[in-house]
Amino acid sequence: MSISGELRTRPSKILIFLYNTFICNYSLSACGQQGGKEVRKLATIIVITSGKGGVGKTTSSAAFSTGLALRGHKTVVIDFDVGLRNLDLIMGCERRVVYDFVNVIHKEATLNQALIKDKRVPNLYILPASQTRDKEALTREGVGEVLEELAKEFDFIVCDSPAGIETGAVMAMYYADHAIVVTNPEVSSVRDSDRILGILASKTQRAESGLEPVKEHLLLTRYSPERVSTGDMLSIQDVKEILAIPLLGIIPESQAVLRASNTGLPVILDETSDAGQAYADAVARFLGDDIPFRFVSGEKKGLLRRLFGKNNTEVISA
Amino acid sequence: MSLWERLLSARKKNSALVAKERLQIIISHERAQQRRKDLDYLPKLQQEILNVISKYIKIDKDQVSVQLERIGDNAVLELNVTIPEAETETV
Repeated sequence: MSISGELRTRPSKILIFLYNTFICNYSLSACGQQGGKEVRKLATIIVITSGKGGVGKTTSSAAFSTGLALRGHKTVVIDFDVGLRNLDLIMGCERRVVYDFVNVIHKEATLNQALIKDKRVPNLYILPASQTRDKEALTREGVGEVLEELAKEFDFIVCDSPAGIETGAVMAMYYADHAIVVTNPEVSSVRDSDRILGILASKTQRAESGLEPVKEHLLLTRYSPERVSTGDMLSIQDVKEILAIPLLGIIPESQAVLRASNTGLPVILDETSDAGQAYADAVARFLGDDIPFRFVSGEKKGLLRRLFGKNNTEVISA
Repeated sequence: MSLWERLLSARKKNSALVAKERLQIIISHERAQQRRKDLDYLPKLQQEILNVISKYIKIDKDQVSVQLERIGDNAVLELNVTIPEAETETV
């Protein structure tokens, strides 16, 4: 190099840039990769995600979307699990599937042809996944176009994410405004949820374009207060402390969930069940209602209390 | 087994506590790892800035330093360029 020792040097310029962490990371590292469709935000887009499989994403998607529709909001729930669709079974409309999400993306069918109107709840529609393609059929532009069209008609778009952190899961969360992170009080689920939170903060449209980050909510499912009280299950506080996101709901481990999936009825429609009521509470909280958390106490109920007693409420802060 | 023994063994077997401790350790480790991965672009950024400056000023590689620090919720990107005095006088 031509600069030699005889040149006296002194620091003459010091530039300091202050950035918000996210803006800094993504405006620098990801600006070349942006290219997602600009989705016109009329509807609120919610992704139900978790990383780990089998924690209750589809059960929660079915219950949550049904709950939003029951509260009078026009809602569509989309299955992003291309190749392994199951939302149709949980929603009880598996025999009415003709066209699917991938058909709409590829313009082989219109949205109206593919949308299935729920027979029990007004304002509720289902967009099933394709069973014969793979997740690579979901492109950012294709998904963006479909969401943009849906956003003109619906109040809420609920995206049921597949497990994992690959294309399907990333596509399901890309355009989201809210993320409901479904977590079981169990080590592998909590760890995967933390991983998903990291991805939500980097691989979504909001993160890439430096907008306000995706709003995160914790939905703790398969919670068993009895096992928590014997010290064999992570408590609500434990999980909250580790993941550090606001708590939206606690769904107790419940027989009603399997019963509901057996019959193709979203569990929230089983209004007498603990899980159904817990989902209704979570939906109400999401819509801004302030209600206490139920089904969190490990106390065993006697027959009389079971019949006549009120549900236990315990003070837990969101 | 007496009640007292039962209580003692129950305390010993508080597996949720073990789970929590293990999770706290592994998650903080993985978060730190991810942060380091996020900073992979720094050497490239330094090289590109150096290239731009070299177009106008003769400058050595070690006269440009780029550092990223985290202060609370903010990240501070510090760019320090030492320009030889002879060069600044001619500009």
